[in-house]
Amino acid sequence: MKQYTGTHEWVELRDGMAYVGISAHAAEELGEVVYVDLPETGAEVTAGEPCCELESVKAVAEVNSPASGRVGAVNDELADSPEKAGEEGVWIFAVADPVLADGLMSEAEYLATLG
Amino acid sequence: MKRTALYDTHLALGGRMVEFAGYELPVQYSGILEEHRAVRNAAGLFDVSHMGEFLFEGDGAEAALNMLLTNDIRGMTDGRVRYSLLPNENGGAVDDVLVYRMNARKFLVVVNGANVQKDAAHVGKYLSGCDFSDVSEEVCQIALQGPASQRIMEKLARDIPMKYYTFVERTEVAGIPVLLSRTGYTGEDGFELYAAVRDAEALYAAVYEAGKEFGLIPCGLGARDTLRLEAGMPLYGHELDEDIPVNEVGLDFAVKLGKEDFVGKQAILAHAPEYERVGVRVTGKGIVREHCDVYSDGVVVGRSTSGTHSPTLGCGIAMLRLKKGAEGELSADVRGRSVSVARTELPFVRRK
Repeated sequence: MKQYTGTHEWVELRDGMAYVGISAHAAEELGEVVYVDLPETGAEVTAGEPCCELESVKAVAEVNSPASGRVGAVNDELADSPEKAGEEGVWIFAVADPVLADGLMSEAEYLATLG
Repeated sequence: MKRTALYDTHLALGGRMVEFAGYELPVQYSGILEEHRAVRNAAGLFDVSHMGEFLFEGDGAEAALNMLLTNDIRGMTDGRVRYSLLPNENGGAVDDVLVYRMNARKFLVVVNGANVQKDAAHVGKYLSGCDFSDVSEEVCQIALQGPASQRIMEKLARDIPMKYYTFVERTEVAGIPVLLSRTGYTGEDGFELYAAVRDAEALYAAVYEAGKEFGLIPCGLGARDTLRLEAGMPLYGHELDEDIPVNEVGLDFAVKLGKEDFVGKQAILAHAPEYERVGVRVTGKGIVREHCDVYSDGVVVGRSTSGTHSPTLGCGIAMLRLKKGAEGELSADVRGRSVSVARTELPFVRRK
């Protein structure tokens, strides 16, 4: 089950790893993603802090990690097909040994914040 | 914030509205990449009603206007369009403009939307010998751009300007009175249509309907920017500004220092160019946007003035204000990350 941050990331625990992507709302706001600056596998990430960047034609958006830990995997497919980062359910990176951020929201709670 | 006469049209077409030049205008409808490709391969339709329109009329119009411009407008024939800078006293640019010669006693000057008020004030300060009026609020402008533009216009108009940078002052498009100009800001063939504000919606709808069978889609400011950047065209406030000398911007074709005196001429003559406008492709990773410092051998040698992802080339492109004679490998500082760039000729993309 996905949980959401106030900064429009989602996180989902699967097999002990926290998979991270951006919400449909964030993808819609950003527009087509043309470049993804993926974090490095093994890098330390801290919940609530930026760890990678998505660039659309018009803007750059930082992705804040919804979990602390180290990067256990990155979605290499995005290097060649960055536009997929904005597609529903596509993960960008995964945090190993994750400690989830405080204050994550359910999908319903997150959608309610969008008004 | 102001709205153009096409505001409701934009909302109905799903436009995502943003503030630009004091107006609420669509940055995109279906998506910047799709809109960009439509203009390169078929056609796109833009609302550019934020642009300003000035009229200069009277026997002294040509001479008076020539005092205000860097380009020389003498010798233009009726129905011709000429690009020029509007220089300030110090040799910088108040604006960049298109000059339309309607006849020897009447010129239309099209200015950037964000600059209408300051341009009018500047003109008021230096103009003598002809009448000046700002008709921006009475005029709407839409741009039909792309290789299918002529076929679309042939369905709607009998009197079409056939050469680039020419126009027909009074004709009808779908029965609506317009000034029909073969100009644009995308690097493609196309038309810019000037009409009365009250006709804006009907004109837009007629062109949109006529263009659908050719693949025309509505296009926003986002695609307008990626298209003009690929075409290597300057944007005021980026490549041009009050503080950037007009002989450092690669527009020497529009700066005629041999002509009689004009505002700023002495300052331009006295200034030896220190910078030039240069195009680069990103050879590293990512996108170099505006306001990035550019380094060569660890020394700052310039700054990016515009930059984006080029949908046509599939890589980052940028225009730099670069020190003349800067040599060696260039890199841009993108939020603390060094990104390699390589000089390339402008325009980045040429018309097919």
